[in-house]
Amino acid sequence: MIVINKLHKSYNMGSSSLHVLKGIDFNVEDGELVAIMGSSGSGKSTLLNILGMLDNADDGTYDLDKIRIENLDEKTAAEYRNKFLGFVFQSFNLITYKNALENVALPLYYQGIPRKERQKTALSFLEKVGLRDWATHLPSELSGGQKQRVAIARALASNPKVLLADEPTGALDSATSIEVMALIQKINNEGKTILVVTHEHDIAKMCKRIVHLRDGVIVEDKKIKQNILKNV
Amino acid sequence: MMNSFKKIFEKDTWDEIFESISKNRTRTIITTIGVFWGIFIYIALAGSATGLENGFDEAFSGLSKNSMGVWVQSTSVPYKGFEEGRRFPFRLSDVDYLKDRVPEIEYISPGLQAGAFSGSPPLVVRGTKSDNFNLFGNFPTQAKISVIKIYDGGRFINDEDIKYERKVAVIGEGTQERLFNQGEDPIGKYIIINDVNFKVVGVEKFAEGFGGFGSDSDITIPYTTFAKMYNRGDKFGWMFISGYDYVNPKYLEETVVDNLKVLKTVAPEDDRAFGTFNIGSLFESIVKFSSGMIFLSLVVGIATIFAGVIGIGNIMLIAVKERTNELGIRRALGAKPLEVKIQIVLEAVFLTIIAGIIGIIVGALLLFVINIGTANLEDFPFTNPTVPLAIVFGAFITMITLGTLIGLIPAERAVSIKPIEALREE
Repeated sequence: MIVINKLHKSYNMGSSSLHVLKGIDFNVEDGELVAIMGSSGSGKSTLLNILGMLDNADDGTYDLDKIRIENLDEKTAAEYRNKFLGFVFQSFNLITYKNALENVALPLYYQGIPRKERQKTALSFLEKVGLRDWATHLPSELSGGQKQRVAIARALASNPKVLLADEPTGALDSATSIEVMALIQKINNEGKTILVVTHEHDIAKMCKRIVHLRDGVIVEDKKIKQNILKNV
Repeated sequence: MMNSFKKIFEKDTWDEIFESISKNRTRTIITTIGVFWGIFIYIALAGSATGLENGFDEAFSGLSKNSMGVWVQSTSVPYKGFEEGRRFPFRLSDVDYLKDRVPEIEYISPGLQAGAFSGSPPLVVRGTKSDNFNLFGNFPTQAKISVIKIYDGGRFINDEDIKYERKVAVIGEGTQERLFNQGEDPIGKYIIINDVNFKVVGVEKFAEGFGGFGSDSDITIPYTTFAKMYNRGDKFGWMFISGYDYVNPKYLEETVVDNLKVLKTVAPEDDRAFGTFNIGSLFESIVKFSSGMIFLSLVVGIATIFAGVIGIGNIMLIAVKERTNELGIRRALGAKPLEVKIQIVLEAVFLTIIAGIIGIIVGALLLFVINIGTANLEDFPFTNPTVPLAIVFGAFITMITLGTLIGLIPAERAVSIKPIEALREE
């Protein structure tokens, strides 16, 4: 699903340049649930941004489902993000003045899907994350766990190839974290490829594979015995 | 590209905009106040200017627009053996002389008067009521120069009156009020002027008169009757002259005075021998004043609209900053830069238009209220304050254009931030 070859990325910090990714080779198969771990500054967020086409690599190749991702202009990047990727963020990033249903329907809006169909699809995804009854609530009326579940529903709504989750449990307490991870496992079990960036070992152990980053290189990449959560 | 532009006409795009606008109410209200105020001031000013112009038009509607008055003063320059300070009257033969010499003249109406600016107003008696009124002796031509409106059932002086020196009188509204009982029809009744019986033949509706010495309480009798009663012979002191429509009022005035100077042996450089006033010039300056007002309101209005639109742009810029995160989310979810731009610009344009429409409506309401409030004020020249549709339309186009242009700035700002940076913003 994802094939990455000798990926390099530097940031210019005035006179000096910061070499963040120093040649990453990394493959992800269809249906995997991968945790990307590393301390801050290890380059894990940069990697995720490049995978998410929110940032461009300096060197190396990135193929997503056999499509070469390179030299994207902002318009094509937006199109690809919409079609291929679903994002889940640490801070949920829901639009505050839109209710749960409208938030979930937003990627479909940018696909040009008619309103009725949009809402139907969005509602089915809200149901999937167990929030059908909360469809008309604003984000401010939802708990942290609920917000993240809405965000996950939104990420799924456009039926992406890959789900990218950046510290999805970073802003949640442990009980809620487990709830959200259980949902991610459930979605993964249905066949979706998911990448989770985290620095928590507990969370990483709930995935099927852990990739360890340190100073811009992969120091460890191993399949693990998944800590399977009971779905609540 | 085309696909994105097509979005402008899609219901979904507008739903998105309505949502963004209606769910951020404070921002929307603050944003629109600037443009609302601009267009409101503009409409109010332009309408008022038109109202003033119409008001002046109405106030002077009783006058031929290229007419003048001329009267004798006294010479100020010695000339051909005459000393300065000489006084002389006009004579009726001067009327024909002027008409012969100045073909631009359409009508001449010599006038006699007792009261107003010289002489004493005679005592007029009717039954137990009496008062002093300014008395004028006029020809029927007077009605051709200043439009004289006579109330139904009556008439002005006619040629027969002049010919037979009839003792008939046209009285003003005020005269009627002071000499007759309320509800009493004065036509055909007699009044006594200087111990002579006059039959009232008409009541004159008051209109702002020549030079401002006319009032609503005058009495007009046939010129010939007046001349005989006051023993004036063929002498008179002033006349009204009107030119044909094509005649420049200033030219008419100069030509008439020049000819009179020759006729009366007055030094060509003597500017004091004749007094004149010129409705045309007066009218011209009022027209200039009105169009000046309209121009001023145009400038002020456009400047205010401009300021208002800049205000919108300003707030949109702040709003874009405030919405960086939201716009970042939208772009992460697949909003193309052009779509984001179109949304921001359309929001700006939409707010501008809504604010503009409210401004136009409130401005029109204000004009409506002013119009009703001043409808009964005779002295206040303000009638029918309207704003030409073309100007409203022009303002509208200006608003939309400026709204679009100003919306481009925050729109550009919105997409200049990388989505990844936008997402980090909280």
